[in-house]
Amino acid sequence: MAASSKAQVLSLYRMLIKESKKFPSYNYRTYALRRVRDAFRENHKVDDPKVQEQLIRKAWDTLALIQRQAQGHLGWDLACERQ
Amino acid sequence: MGGKIAPSWGADKCFVPALEKKREDKRQEFRSSLDSTENFRSLQTDPPSTHKPMAKVPVVRVLFTPRPQQGRTANDRPASAQAVVRLRRASVLTTRLLPIKNTTYLHVVHRVVTESIKSRELEKDELRPLYMDFQATTPMVCIFLPKYFTKIHKCCWGSYFMGLTQNILPKDQLSFTRNCSLLNKQLRSSIFFLRQDPRVLDAMLPYQVNYYGNPHSRTHAYGWESESAMEKARKQVADLISADPREIVFTSGATESNNMSIKGVARFYKPKKKHIITTQTEHKCVLDSCRVLESEGFEVTYLPVKNNGLIDIKQLEQTIRSDTSLVSIMTVNNEIGVKQPIQEIGHICQSKNVFFHTDAAQAVGKIPINVSDWKIDLMSISGHKIYGPKGVGALYVRRRPRVRIEPLQSGGGQERGLRSGTVPTPLAVGLGAACEIAQQEMEYDHKRVSMLASRLVQKIMSEIPEVVMNGDSEQRYPGCINLSFAYVEGESLLMALKDVALSSGSACTSASLEPSYVLRAIGADEDLAHSSIRFGIGRFTTEEEVDYTAEKCIQQVRRLREMSPLWEMVQEGIDLKSIKWTQH
Repeated sequence: MAASSKAQVLSLYRMLIKESKKFPSYNYRTYALRRVRDAFRENHKVDDPKVQEQLIRKAWDTLALIQRQAQGHLGWDLACERQ
Repeated sequence: MGGKIAPSWGADKCFVPALEKKREDKRQEFRSSLDSTENFRSLQTDPPSTHKPMAKVPVVRVLFTPRPQQGRTANDRPASAQAVVRLRRASVLTTRLLPIKNTTYLHVVHRVVTESIKSRELEKDELRPLYMDFQATTPMVCIFLPKYFTKIHKCCWGSYFMGLTQNILPKDQLSFTRNCSLLNKQLRSSIFFLRQDPRVLDAMLPYQVNYYGNPHSRTHAYGWESESAMEKARKQVADLISADPREIVFTSGATESNNMSIKGVARFYKPKKKHIITTQTEHKCVLDSCRVLESEGFEVTYLPVKNNGLIDIKQLEQTIRSDTSLVSIMTVNNEIGVKQPIQEIGHICQSKNVFFHTDAAQAVGKIPINVSDWKIDLMSISGHKIYGPKGVGALYVRRRPRVRIEPLQSGGGQERGLRSGTVPTPLAVGLGAACEIAQQEMEYDHKRVSMLASRLVQKIMSEIPEVVMNGDSEQRYPGCINLSFAYVEGESLLMALKDVALSSGSACTSASLEPSYVLRAIGADEDLAHSSIRFGIGRFTTEEEVDYTAEKCIQQVRRLREMSPLWEMVQEGIDLKSIKWTQH
């Protein structure tokens, strides 16, 4: 995979944020949003392409994870968190 | 039995001809369908040998209760008739229940059925308890959910009021919309009210659903898969504490690990060594194991702690005798959060040739632990304290130099013979994933938790005076804060702060009324011990929650102090200790 451009990384970030907002649980939602934001901020200045690739791969895996988990477990959410 | 069926007593007034005709047709159909034995058998629930012969097919008659008839249409049939229509399919079965010849009192059956399954509707504004569990290992809070049946908000009765009746707002004041602030101000996250990390759940789910083989089966692919997952989890746990994977034993939790290590080591070395040292602030399972050992003939020394919760190293050195087999001291206390000087203790124990066990349930994944540097021989790990699943834990048992344990759980020799029993693969995988995540997130979480903790403490301490933080302020894990509010009645404060998931004392003692033994051990006054609250801050806690908690706490403490006569006296400058209370 060629080195990802800034646009690709940004779109990945946007997708992560979009999926994170779908968590029905308040705590998971806030944690996911905060952690994604902080992780991207922290790794903003990484130069080494191998490390970059690794991080981006991890980000894609996390995106898949969030998509799986953010559906909510039907009926098993706390009643007060169902909006 | 064809022809018109005359209704029996009491039913003529409610006889509906159209309905009766329909019913009659259906009866004809039913009878014709029973002409072959197979059909009858398919309707049966009993085995063929016991079914009745076909000639005695019962005729279903329907009885209605008399109802005044005014403008009767097909739609306003009496309720019992509707019930009859619904229960038609059960008619074959009901004939067995009421073996009166040629009749069936379906109405009676209907009433019986509906009476037994009565659902009680909540009254308007009635509170409904959601969950209350006093025996849980993590404190659960009692949430009261009022069920409102307003037109607009019928679907969103999920917003809840926490606490006692004084906290309930009248309907019109509350907004149930998505942006309702009360909806967002939910249970405070605490390290003691632990969620599983979604990443842990994601790792566990395949092993709950698909890969369900027994990891100890050597002969098939299911077993191999499960075994490789279990070994991977073992490696993840070992990496977190810088140990060898062969030194990790999966157990059912930190309680079992503690029991195994203390009783196991003591009993193995019983012929020569009969002395055990522990502290007064240990977890209940450690203290209880020691008590059991005492009854078996061991001598146990419970070391006292200083006022800041730390043990005195010199005292420990003096207490170690030639026949001491084990020293057990927890790394981070679960109630006051103090961090013991484990490295020094480990070195002392090694120099004196004594095994060192530490209950690191609260410390693993939160502070960096290295079992070889710290010279730890046995260490207990708990799954649910690091955002993993409940019901799993681990025990680190050193191999070089070998620590011998007499196993508590005997069986097929799994887990090096130390803990027999099938290892729960999904839980072990969850524990491994939790450990790996904890290792990656340790720095980030530590920074965040320290920030939130100092925010909480500063907010509370700046607004209200006479607040004491129990435990050393430097040597501590920041996520566990224990504050004592002077001149405030403890139980009322706890009741007032019901919507925050906290407890006074620890969960294992939350059902009892006496103040925590840990606070007593650090020398807190009785009244301060009673009015102490433990706040837990973890990975998922948000600033909003911390602010809300602090606000609520300040508010309630102020309110309770207003009511307190002791507080008035203190304000006037009277020294409470100098008062001679009269004895009536």
